Amino acid sequence: MTIRCEIVSQDRTVYAGDVDIVVLPGAAGEMGILPKHAPVLTTLKYGIVKVRTAGREELFTVAGGIAEVQPEIVTILADAAENVEEIDEARAEAARKRAKEALASGAQADTDVYLAMEAALRKSNLRLDAVRRYRKGRVNLPGSEG
Amino acid sequence: MASAREMRIRIRSVKNISQVTRALETVSASKVRKAINAVMATRAYATKAWQVLTHVAAQPGRESLHPLLARRTPVNNALVVVVTGDRGLAGAYTSNVIRFTAHRFDSVPVPVKYIAVGRKGRDLLIRRRKQVIADFSNLPAAPSFMDVSAIPRVAVDEFMQGGADEVFLVYTDFINMGRQVTAVKRLLPLELGGEGRVEAFEPKQVSGPAAAYEYEPDQREILDEIIPRFTALQVYQAILESLASEHAARMIAMRNATDNAKELVGALQLAYNKVRQQAITSDILDIVGGAEALAQ
Repeated sequence: MTIRCEIVSQDRTVYAGDVDIVVLPGAAGEMGILPKHAPVLTTLKYGIVKVRTAGREELFTVAGGIAEVQPEIVTILADAAENVEEIDEARAEAARKRAKEALASGAQADTDVYLAMEAALRKSNLRLDAVRRYRKGRVNLPGSEG
Repeated sequence: MASAREMRIRIRSVKNISQVTRALETVSASKVRKAINAVMATRAYATKAWQVLTHVAAQPGRESLHPLLARRTPVNNALVVVVTGDRGLAGAYTSNVIRFTAHRFDSVPVPVKYIAVGRKGRDLLIRRRKQVIADFSNLPAAPSFMDVSAIPRVAVDEFMQGGADEVFLVYTDFINMGRQVTAVKRLLPLELGGEGRVEAFEPKQVSGPAAAYEYEPDQREILDEIIPRFTALQVYQAILESLASEHAARMIAMRNATDNAKELVGALQLAYNKVRQQAITSDILDIVGGAEALAQ
C-alpha cells in the first residue's frame, strides 16, 4: 500500500509520486506518515523531507511551509524546496557567504530586510548541511535541526 | 469616387497603422511568453493551496474554525474584486470581464461594491455607475506577491469589518493562446464546489466527507497563518492568469488588425489603380481629340 506525496514549492512542483512513507519536519518534531494516516495540518520547520519507495529514499530540503496529510495524500506546500541531489554545493556555499556578509553589513534588526536576510542565511545553511550529511548514499541520520 | 491623391494618402495611412499593429503584436508575443511562464510556475502551488483551503472549510463546524471561513446569513452586501488590464487594444478582453461582472452581479438584490484592479476596468465600472471603493492601477509588468498583497488586504479588511458579507473575485483564466475564459470565484467566505471555475484551477476531490484535522502546533496559529495567506495567493494567481490572458488577447487582436489592414491596402490599391488608369485614358482621349480638331 502506498500514499501519494506531492511536494510543491512556490515556483514549481518538486516531487510527485506514490510512496511507502514520508518523513517530514513538523512543528512538533519529525513525523513519519504512512498510508491511511489521520488528517493533519502542520507547519513545517526548516529541515529535510524524506520520501521512501520500495527501499529507495529521496531527500528534499524544505524551508518552512505547511503540510496537509489526508489518508491517501500528503501535500507539502513549501516556501522553498529542493531535491538534495540537485543542490549545487559550490553555489550553495557562495550563497551562504553572500547571505552572511549581507547580514553582517548591518541591517536594522526586526526590519523586513533583516528578516529576509536571516531567512536567506538559514536557507543556505540548511542546503549545505543537507548536501554534506546526506549525499552519496550516506542516508542514515535523522533530519537536521534547522 | 475619391481623387487619386486622396487615395494615395489613405493607402499610406493604412500601411502606417498596420506597421504599428504588427509591432504591438510582436511586443505582446514576447510579453505573453513571460506571463505564461510566470502563471505556470505558480499554478501548482496556488492549486494545492486552494485545495487545502477547501479541505479545511469542508470540515464539520467550519463557522467556528476561523472568522474568514464563517458564512453569514443573511448576506447584506457584497464586494467584487474585478481584475482587468491597464491598457486597451486587447480586443474584447476588458469588455468581456465587465460584461460578465454586470451579468453576474447586477441582479444581486444587495448593494455591491467593487475593487478595480486595472485602469481599463475601473473606467468602465465607473461609467456604469458602480461603487468602486478601491482602485489598483499600474501594477508592474511582472508583479510579485508583495506587489499585489494590498489588494487582498483591503478585501479581507472589508469583510472583517462587516462592509461585505461575501467577497468575489472576477478574473480571466488563461487556457491557451486562443482561449481565455472569464471566471468568478467566491473568495470569502470560502466556497466549496464553486461556480464558473475551470479545470486548471479546480482541485481534485481526494476523498469523501472530510474528517476533522489534527493541528500542529495548534489550530488557531496554523489557520491564522494559512487562511489569510492562501486567500491572498488566490488573488495573486488570478492576477497572473489575467495578465497572461490580456497579453494573449492583445496579440490575437493585433494580428487580426494587421491582417485586416493588409486586406484593406490591397482593395484600396486596386481602386487606386483603376482611378489612375481612368485618368490616363481620359488624358489620352483629350490629346487625341485635340490633335484631331487641329488636323481638320
